[in-house]
Amino acid sequence: MSKTRDIKRRIRSVSNTMQLTKAMKMVSAAKMRRATDNIVAARPFAHNMRAVLRSLAARANAEVHPLLQITGNENVELLVVTGDKGLCGSFNTNINKTAHNFIKAEQRKGERVFDLHAVGKRGVDYFRRRNFTIHRAWIDVLRQVEYATAKEIARDMMDRYVTGELDAIYLVYNEFKSAISQHPVVERLLPIEPIVPAEDETAEDYIYEPGPEVLLDTLLRRHVEVQVYTALLESVAAEHGARMTAMDSASRNAGDLIDRLTLHMNRVRQAAITTEIIEVVSGAQALG
Amino acid sequence: MIPDKIELEIVTPERKVLSETVDSVVIPGAQGYLGVLPGHAPLLTGLMIGELSYVQDGKEHVLAVSQGYAEVLRGKVSVLAERCEKAEEIDVDRAEKSKQRAEEVLNRKDVPMDEFRRAELRIQRAIARIQAKSHGLG
Repeated sequence: MSKTRDIKRRIRSVSNTMQLTKAMKMVSAAKMRRATDNIVAARPFAHNMRAVLRSLAARANAEVHPLLQITGNENVELLVVTGDKGLCGSFNTNINKTAHNFIKAEQRKGERVFDLHAVGKRGVDYFRRRNFTIHRAWIDVLRQVEYATAKEIARDMMDRYVTGELDAIYLVYNEFKSAISQHPVVERLLPIEPIVPAEDETAEDYIYEPGPEVLLDTLLRRHVEVQVYTALLESVAAEHGARMTAMDSASRNAGDLIDRLTLHMNRVRQAAITTEIIEVVSGAQALG
Repeated sequence: MIPDKIELEIVTPERKVLSETVDSVVIPGAQGYLGVLPGHAPLLTGLMIGELSYVQDGKEHVLAVSQGYAEVLRGKVSVLAERCEKAEEIDVDRAEKSKQRAEEVLNRKDVPMDEFRRAELRIQRAIARIQAKSHGLG
């Protein structure tokens, strides 16, 4: 009899877990919706800025700007965006692996020094365990992604790029494709890809306050900030999406497990009853 | 042809603040406040921390903006600011407190340069908010 009781206990614990995963799935779904709203809200700004940047590039001499200069490739920094929490399937592992493989592949090409700028606890832990130098770790900033955070990260990197401390900066993050699919991408943040000047710009003659060069400088800086900001937003949405799918399949697995356990329990009970009947019958026969 | 209205659009990285058809706009440009009427020559200007106001149906509305830039086209003004709040959204108490804290930093003698600058910007933003609130509701 004690065996059925054990199985019952198991079932109860699995169904508790299932409740938990179900609740987490709902929470992640709601958070993901909010995160995607944020991505949509950030789009007009980025879009408009690119347009202005291109029309400005047609006028100001964009090629000489320090943020566009290729200085070398010895000192490279990676900005790795992961999540602070686990329980989201392969979300964090994928990013860490992508970043790690990228570093390995680049190092095979020649002597390069890498350091890291890590956002999210999972990435920080992963690379710290593997003895990478982490220039700065950002933990607990993803709950509420603020532009100011992105600005601070971008500022720090741009300053070190301009002084020549860094030669290139790459961005590694999860791109949000849809609720069920997200995939890691590596993008070059600095030097900035050359901006294609807009062509039909001769029609309008702008007044610039202050001059086009000064404006270009602030705009390019802002451009980098926005790129970091979008990456953070994408990553957060992707994280919630990944967690939602992970929790969904966990709930489904728990359901399957409960079914199997119930079946097993019934069988065991049946077997116990059968044995008892046989015992009674054979006892009666022995007496008769 | 000169249009008689301006499409005003204000966006921050976090959201679209407003998109309205208005009669005129005053922008806190990098080199001083400037008024924009319909048909203004194309212009691209940086923004300083300050108040942005516009007139719609004879009524003036005020917003507090911080750094960014504004693009003026014949019938359209797009403002891209890092932060922007409508007068009715501004929390004056918070602005006052932020101003006080920043003033304390400025009064200390041993502050590093970048912290000093940041405090200065904080004061400017706080003042812009307080003024925008009082002008916007006055």
